[in-house]
Amino acid sequence: MSKKVNLIINGLPVEVQHGTTILDAAKELGITIPTLCFHKDLCVAGNCRVCVVEVAGQRRLSAACATPCDEGMEILTNSLKVRSSRKHIIELLLSEHNADCTKCYRNGNCELQEISSEYKIMTQDFIELVPFKHYSIDAYSPSIMKDDSKCIRCQRCVRTCSELQGVNALTVAHKGDKMKITTFFEKSMRDVVCTNCGQCVNHCPTGALVEKNYIEDVWDAIANPKKHVVVQTAPAVRVGLGEELGFPPGSRVTGKLVAALKRLGFDSVLDTDFSADLTIVEEGTELLTRLKKALVDKDDTVKLPMATSCSPGWIKYIEHMYPEYLGHLSTCKSPQQMFGALVKTYYAKARNLDPADIVSVSIMPCTAKKFEAWRPEMHDSGYRDVDYVLTTRELAILIKQAGLDFDKLEEARYDRLMGDSTGAGVIFGATGGVMEAALRTAYEIVTGREVPFKNLDIMPVRGMEGIREAVIKIENPVKEWAFLDGVELKCAVAHGLVNAKKVMDAVKSGKADYHFIEFMACPGGCLGGGGQPIPTNPEIRQKRMNAIYAEDKSMKVRKSHENPEIIKLYKDFLKEPLGEKSHQLLHTKYTKRDRF
Amino acid sequence: MESIHQLKRADFIFRNENDWEKILGNALKRKNQDIIKELISSELKGRGGAGFPTGLKWKFASEAEADEKFIICNADEGEPGTFKDREILTKVPYKVLTAMAVCANIIGAKKGFIYLRGEYKFLKEELNKAIDEFHYYCNEINFDFTIKIFMGSGAYVCGEETALFESMEGKRGEPRNKPPFPTIKGYMGKPTVINNVETLAHVFTILKYGAKKFYDLGVQYSRGTKLFSVSGDTPKPGIYELELGMSLQDFVYEFGDGDTKAVQVGGASGFLVPRKNFKDAAIGFKGKLTGISLPTGGSMMLFNSSRSMFNVLDNYLKFFREESCGQCTPCRVGCQQLQMGIKAVKRGEKPSSYLTKLLRLAETMQLAAKCGLGQSVANSFSSIVDNFHEEMIY
Repeated sequence: MSKKVNLIINGLPVEVQHGTTILDAAKELGITIPTLCFHKDLCVAGNCRVCVVEVAGQRRLSAACATPCDEGMEILTNSLKVRSSRKHIIELLLSEHNADCTKCYRNGNCELQEISSEYKIMTQDFIELVPFKHYSIDAYSPSIMKDDSKCIRCQRCVRTCSELQGVNALTVAHKGDKMKITTFFEKSMRDVVCTNCGQCVNHCPTGALVEKNYIEDVWDAIANPKKHVVVQTAPAVRVGLGEELGFPPGSRVTGKLVAALKRLGFDSVLDTDFSADLTIVEEGTELLTRLKKALVDKDDTVKLPMATSCSPGWIKYIEHMYPEYLGHLSTCKSPQQMFGALVKTYYAKARNLDPADIVSVSIMPCTAKKFEAWRPEMHDSGYRDVDYVLTTRELAILIKQAGLDFDKLEEARYDRLMGDSTGAGVIFGATGGVMEAALRTAYEIVTGREVPFKNLDIMPVRGMEGIREAVIKIENPVKEWAFLDGVELKCAVAHGLVNAKKVMDAVKSGKADYHFIEFMACPGGCLGGGGQPIPTNPEIRQKRMNAIYAEDKSMKVRKSHENPEIIKLYKDFLKEPLGEKSHQLLHTKYTKRDRF
Repeated sequence: MESIHQLKRADFIFRNENDWEKILGNALKRKNQDIIKELISSELKGRGGAGFPTGLKWKFASEAEADEKFIICNADEGEPGTFKDREILTKVPYKVLTAMAVCANIIGAKKGFIYLRGEYKFLKEELNKAIDEFHYYCNEINFDFTIKIFMGSGAYVCGEETALFESMEGKRGEPRNKPPFPTIKGYMGKPTVINNVETLAHVFTILKYGAKKFYDLGVQYSRGTKLFSVSGDTPKPGIYELELGMSLQDFVYEFGDGDTKAVQVGGASGFLVPRKNFKDAAIGFKGKLTGISLPTGGSMMLFNSSRSMFNVLDNYLKFFREESCGQCTPCRVGCQQLQMGIKAVKRGEKPSSYLTKLLRLAETMQLAAKCGLGQSVANSFSSIVDNFHEEMIY
């Protein structure tokens, strides 16, 4: 379809592809039409009506986001009629919105605030509707808070939960003045089939959906002289944080991030990338062990394909939706939880600290990590393994509150013992990264040679395609793994739960014969996580992804098993992968959950 | 618009014809183009209230390319004050079924649906019997077409055609963005003709008596007859088939109780006409004061001097406030603001000048709401507030 149409917008002629919306055509001319319910990640709803424009010859206004351009159209985006309607619509939204901006978590990053500021809505003539409705805040989930008084019913969260995630935890109920966004039987977000992925938070234009924040708890811990506060930072945080602090998307701010955390007063600044490397060693060994059991021992109880277990959104999803496949999950904890368990054991011992005095904080691109840390089984160190989880956004708030000029911070390095990482650890932040890191290690264990890809870049598993597949043929393995000679290792990568569902359904129906599958709950992997800076869209995620791979390239060591601190950890503490200590601290079990 | 200045009763719709098999058989033998041309020349317009030319609708759907198409009969009849479709489906269902089959044949549909209003559940059994009989005949003449009843669940907005499709697809009954229009992408994303019950009954009349007979009734731009549901302060409420084009004066002379203060033409989404305008108002498609707006056809509510127009408006607004699907801002919030606004003025909490602000808001709703529901709230609001300004305040 290369048909073109010509039209005129505000007197300026423009030629666009057939099917282009008025919104996009105007953009080509450098004309911005305000939007609220529109989001690049989602299907068009056309329900907020803020983007209405005047089309010559039509009595009624048209929604620019939902109306395709026609040959010869004449459009006005800023006529009196448009302006007065648009202003009315914004006033209506404000009349229904709890506009107590100074007390709002999204104050300063709110699309409704922005648009009402642009249109200078200085008075509220309409009757304020909020006091007439009985709103309560749902703060029971450890990850997400929902405040209906701030909801503008754009349904972006509903579309996100359905189109990107296929979860449908959020839905529309009732009609007319009672219409609202809610959950199954209007239960708390804690008690429904919600994966806590936080994509709804990332796509909400206002403060109706926000993460449960633990900012004050962390400040309290830092201020407490008896506490030794350890912080770990996830791979994707270093390519996202900058956006909250004035840097363009895709900026790598690792050194400044470390410097900032030290300035904030954390006693030790360590890296989740370290435990990502640890995950690879454990999980890679687990995969090879499963393959051995299946191929050599002919053990038909072995569950293949093996699925990754790093993404807590994915874990909760499979627990709800495919509980019969829990045996397929790697028993490895996520890097965050491996790290937490080690901090209060290995690290405490090495630093001669009482684990009771350690507060373990993690900075994650993720809201589901808050739930993960809160799981009752995550107490293997004898204490709660991770005490507080902050999102990338919360960390930015900490930095702003501390008055740090982020741009001027001198780059610093992670502290020792659990601060070393490799390129393989970094790429955990992107979809396909866990797969690539695992292959780099597993292939080398089996063959004694590096993976047969230029510069170790396993391109087939990279990219933004929702589901990707790769086959790696194992040739001339070392003696111990001789049985794998000629085996074609079939791998798949899925990101966004809607894609995870497709892969799982293929596995369920027997159509997919993979050995190993990487699942990430969020689009783009962790770099597009629910705790990352707002806004998010495909372009921003692509830039973050480029930054992740640039970071990988810049590392001296790019294979997890070559991380010197990992080697030391096994020598001094764990002894061997899948050993007794590992089982006790680094592996977990999963819980079957209901679908309702 | 010319007015014929007197009431002309007609009797086509409820005339019991016992030759529907013959009509259907003949129509199936005719060229599709012929029937479409005849419908276009009859100038039959949709009797649901929007008044889209029926022949054109069928033409567009017949020209659309798809592996599957549908014909849907909209029997959601939810407009306050209309009850004519119920009567058609009770008394002459075969006319509707025949017209659906003819349409199916022309556009290439194998399946038809009757979207029956939730509150009309009591019609379902009898209607299904009629459908069974109809299927039997279709089978006999080897015509591959089946009709199913789909029950609505009571939402007014589901009478809006695209919300109706959503409802049938098992989703929330929320109107879609247009374009695409139903004749291109309708039910299940396939080309769909959706016609009001009465429209289909008129198609039967045209098939039987020819386009000319139909065209000769009524006046320019408003051809044929129309069923009117008469209610309110009238000594003879009921359903009447009248030629289009009469003046409201004549209508009130016939149906009023001698003390008629105003007539609401077209239900809650229509217009209120005060006594002083009766003479100038004619009932038809061209001109402002008609059943032109969604989704009525022929609701006529008479009010006498004992009625408070404030209460009438408040009642309509309460209805819209509840029946809005709630997805688009102008309609969801606008309806609440209008209703709470007139109350605030009445109670003296807002100055009377606030009514002007509300009138402008109603205009925005008309311009910017997503579907006909929100767009037509302004019809009753503005016509009542404009004409009975005083009653709104004191």
